Amino acid sequence: MPLLCSICKDKRALLKRPKTGTPVCKDCFYWAFECEIHHTIQTANLFKRGEKVAIGASGGKDSTVLAYVLKTLNERYDYGLNLFLLSIDEGITGYRDDSLETVKRNQQQYDLPLKVLSYQDLYGWSMDAIVKQIGRKNNCTFCGVFRRQALDRGAMSLGVDKIATGHNADDVAETIIMNILRGDIARLQRCTAIITGDDPSGIPRVKPFKYTYEKEIVAYAYFKKLDYFSTECIYAPNAYRGHARAYLKDLEAIRSSTIIDIIHSGEMMSVKEGVKMPVQTKCKKCGYISSNEFCKACVLLEGLNKGLPRLGVGKTSKVNQQLKQVNDSKSCECQNKSTKCCLNNVPKTAPSSCPNRSKNCENHDAKFDSPSVKDNQMDKTTKICLTNSEIL
Amino acid sequence: MALTVILEFLGGAEFLFGHVKHHTVSIEKGENKLNISQLLMWIKENLLQERLELFMQGCTVRPGILVLVNDVDWSLLGELTYEIEENDRITFISTLHGG
Repeated sequence: MPLLCSICKDKRALLKRPKTGTPVCKDCFYWAFECEIHHTIQTANLFKRGEKVAIGASGGKDSTVLAYVLKTLNERYDYGLNLFLLSIDEGITGYRDDSLETVKRNQQQYDLPLKVLSYQDLYGWSMDAIVKQIGRKNNCTFCGVFRRQALDRGAMSLGVDKIATGHNADDVAETIIMNILRGDIARLQRCTAIITGDDPSGIPRVKPFKYTYEKEIVAYAYFKKLDYFSTECIYAPNAYRGHARAYLKDLEAIRSSTIIDIIHSGEMMSVKEGVKMPVQTKCKKCGYISSNEFCKACVLLEGLNKGLPRLGVGKTSKVNQQLKQVNDSKSCECQNKSTKCCLNNVPKTAPSSCPNRSKNCENHDAKFDSPSVKDNQMDKTTKICLTNSEIL
Repeated sequence: MALTVILEFLGGAEFLFGHVKHHTVSIEKGENKLNISQLLMWIKENLLQERLELFMQGCTVRPGILVLVNDVDWSLLGELTYEIEENDRITFISTLHGG
């Protein structure tokens, strides 16, 4: 005896809604799914009539469903929005190539204009080239930082009013957990906002799927036969998020309302007075919003361009330390002042020729002991310390 | 007695099965019935090619994988205890972050 839909009480139920546990038929599911997103958009005032909205499109399930649903709702409820797809090409052969093909098909299927911007165009570096420099550890840091800015830079150049992203309820809950575990109070405060970056200079980002469960997005895409691309990035997956995700899924198996409960907790949490928070300011170099004098992307780029790719990976305090080291090395204070151990005096010979190599020379930086610094890069490395004052 | 079942692996799950999305398989079950729990064991031993941990966790599928039987959410059918019938189509859709 098939279970009937709890809404229409007529057709056979196909899906158990994760939020409520109620069984629904296909049509009632579509209706409820779309209605709830419409409701989120309306109650949070995500859009205003006439706005130009860029949908961050990766070709994956979330952004594909977002593009489809926004297009549908825009027509059904006459939002009066000018929608288009904005894709970022990180330059990852075999991963982004295929997903961009999907976005191009979406452009046809949903009749939405598409704009593709590449890391190469925006930063002068593709992810493939960055991985060659930095290896497969920390490469996700570069990709994540660059992607975040890429959408904004792209949107700015296109005169966009808002950027809509496919972040779903599961993503938001994961991010809250990650920020709690990392003690990142500033991000913990910001990550639950349904509209972020709402300052006069930045382009607001909106999350119409903030309360939409991943399971329903996947089911919607499946039942509607939406064309999306699914593969893990060929470079290391985000391990930390992976743990948070597995943890949440396990909790959800025991308590179905876990996701929405965590989002609720995140929204209601407030930081007590007197807690020092980083002040959001603007990057002195590119003008992008930043918690430091220079934004992370500019620090990372500077490192890449100066042949010091690990600059900016890790904590800000460590970055400052790294910079200080480079700066200090200008005036070598090691015991043997006449030797060639100090950075700005390094000859174009192999580092092993440095007589102070075995001694405890503070300025005999690990960079020189690292096998990754090839002889032919010595020249570049030497320049770092000569130009270190302009690094940042 | 053998049971014919259509298995579908989608949303990235196909990568664990030699990049093949659709499999029509014949499972020898004798006189007994076959439920999804037993099917999962069969898949694990006969079909899965790599990274078991991305597909299964303990005796069930990894949380986050959507399972449908003839396009019906297995949550409505008793999940692991559902008894498979001839020509049932069972779909496993993996979900990945980011999409």
